[in-house]
Amino acid sequence: MWKTVLRRVLIMIPEIIILSILVFLLAKAMPGDPFTGSIGPHTSAAQIHHLKEAAGLYNPWYEQYWNWVVHLFHGNLGTSFQYQEPVTRIIGNRAINTLWLAVFAMVLTYAIGIPMGLYAGRNQNKIGDTIIRVYTFVTMSIPFFVILVLGLWIFGYVLGWFPTTGSVSATANSGMATTLSRLQHIVLPGLLAALFGTVNIVQYLRSEVIDAKRSDYVRTARSKGVPTGDVFRHHILRNSLLPIAAFAGYSITGLLGGSLYTEMVFSYPGMGLLFLNSISYRDYTVITALVLLYGILNLFGTLLSDIILSAVDPRVRIQ
Amino acid sequence: MADEENHFLKIEDVSTAFKIQGKYYPAVSDVSLDIHNDEIVAIVGESGCGKSTLATTIMGLHDPAETKIGGKIEFEGQDLLTLNEDQMNKIRGAKIGMIFQDPLSALNPLKRIGDQIQEGLDYHTKMTESEKKARVLELVNQVGIPHPERVIRQFPHELSGGMRQRVVIAIAIACKPDLMIADEPTTALDVTIQAQILDLLKDIQKENHAGIILITHDLGVVAETADEVAVMYAGQVVEKGSAKQIFDNPLHPYTRSLLRSMPQKDSENDDLYVIEGSVPSLQKMPQDGCKFAPRIPWVPASEHEAHPTMHEVEPGHRVRCTCYKNFKFQDEA
Repeated sequence: MWKTVLRRVLIMIPEIIILSILVFLLAKAMPGDPFTGSIGPHTSAAQIHHLKEAAGLYNPWYEQYWNWVVHLFHGNLGTSFQYQEPVTRIIGNRAINTLWLAVFAMVLTYAIGIPMGLYAGRNQNKIGDTIIRVYTFVTMSIPFFVILVLGLWIFGYVLGWFPTTGSVSATANSGMATTLSRLQHIVLPGLLAALFGTVNIVQYLRSEVIDAKRSDYVRTARSKGVPTGDVFRHHILRNSLLPIAAFAGYSITGLLGGSLYTEMVFSYPGMGLLFLNSISYRDYTVITALVLLYGILNLFGTLLSDIILSAVDPRVRIQ
Repeated sequence: MADEENHFLKIEDVSTAFKIQGKYYPAVSDVSLDIHNDEIVAIVGESGCGKSTLATTIMGLHDPAETKIGGKIEFEGQDLLTLNEDQMNKIRGAKIGMIFQDPLSALNPLKRIGDQIQEGLDYHTKMTESEKKARVLELVNQVGIPHPERVIRQFPHELSGGMRQRVVIAIAIACKPDLMIADEPTTALDVTIQAQILDLLKDIQKENHAGIILITHDLGVVAETADEVAVMYAGQVVEKGSAKQIFDNPLHPYTRSLLRSMPQKDSENDDLYVIEGSVPSLQKMPQDGCKFAPRIPWVPASEHEAHPTMHEVEPGHRVRCTCYKNFKFQDEA
């Protein structure tokens, strides 16, 4: 088990180095440079040349890369052109917002999806399963943003139960009031995201349970005289949750990545919206930082999946 | 002939039909068999003949919503087909043990070998934890697995095919059942391991005085182990008798074809006999008449019975339909 984890972590080091080089080179290839936007129209070409030289922009790429990495380790990701603020501070604020929403949505997704999937699989073709299947098909066939807009319109505007924009009310000033206001802002987008997210889990889990029910090892268990309920608890449950567990590790990446649709429709100032805005404003420093961050998060997500999988499935452990 | 009292499993006119798209199709029809203790009864036939379905019917492993089962399975004085799930659970594993083919998929990949063997003991005995542990080690030893202490902590994928089959056998015999049903126990194994597993089964049978139903398509295995043989085709028993009767005097065209398609070491001809066609699928099964008729098309219809029944040709030796009387292979005709 620990050997598997150690090996996986070691593999990640070269992965991260390659990723950072790629991101750096992509950033270099983008039009513009760190002075774009901060140089007046009257700055002469010679002065610009001088500034660039001083900033090391004529050095070979690997020297520039090294400088970039050193800055990175000092927590210096540059300054946002759009906000005129350090990139780290902008991302930090947005990351907290996204984390609130994403954790809420994810907990909800699994809390709803797992029992529903297990129930549907266990009671295949019975009335409860049919209802769940209709729900998943309907949800699946409606585009996510339509669900979001509809939800926003009905519960936000028509019924007025929930706030429709932002992450926290501007009037909330005490700690408690802020927390409550934050919760109030994430309930609707979180619920809608969960409603949509459960569909995959339900469908997947349902078919896993049905497969497990028909499997030879379940037949073996039944031939030992194990009662149906115990067969489900001891044999079917764990075996069918396996892929979901692995999937969960990966979806943690999404916690910080943010959901583009949800944040956009609800004007929720999270990472997804930041990414989108940075692209439309050509805010290269922010884009570079976010791409690097997403890349690293993805690597950690797969690492987490592998660790979870090796913890629950003896077959993937390395001897 | 054994006396009636000694029949401890009496299968009478058992039929099992599966629901396919709303209609029931029989996979086993009107099978009658007796099994005594200290006896190995082999059920032989091609794939799709209903052998395994018969076994899972005895075990009550079919989903009642999708199967229709008729007849009577008398076991130690009660009809298994009338028992409910709880009553069946007291018999499964305790009185009847089942050995499955494909030992890899028959074992739960996420559970340790020891736990899987112990599971039956958990439900059928009042042993303490340490007694169960000791019994599991004893069982692992009995089925001839080296390093029992280590193996019980391992997972199925860490063992070889032969070892896994031994584990499956250990699971089946954990509670010393009176009857064991072995469904193709050696099919997934290579020949040397096959012989070992068959010897092991015979040893266990002698030790526990159990009866064994051995399901196989391999006539070599039958010749080596069985006392009684039932040949099944398309869900029916077409011939049954003692192993000696079946091998010395095979009568039914199907039995003769099966025997003829076995490799013989003294045969001059290298080509094996091939039975034309294949076992029809459930939906395409002929509903009446001799079910084997389509595969021996050169035999005139008048040779078959309209409603084939079992005919006793000598004490204990029965054969279905009349087509056996003048049956000749095509190249003999």
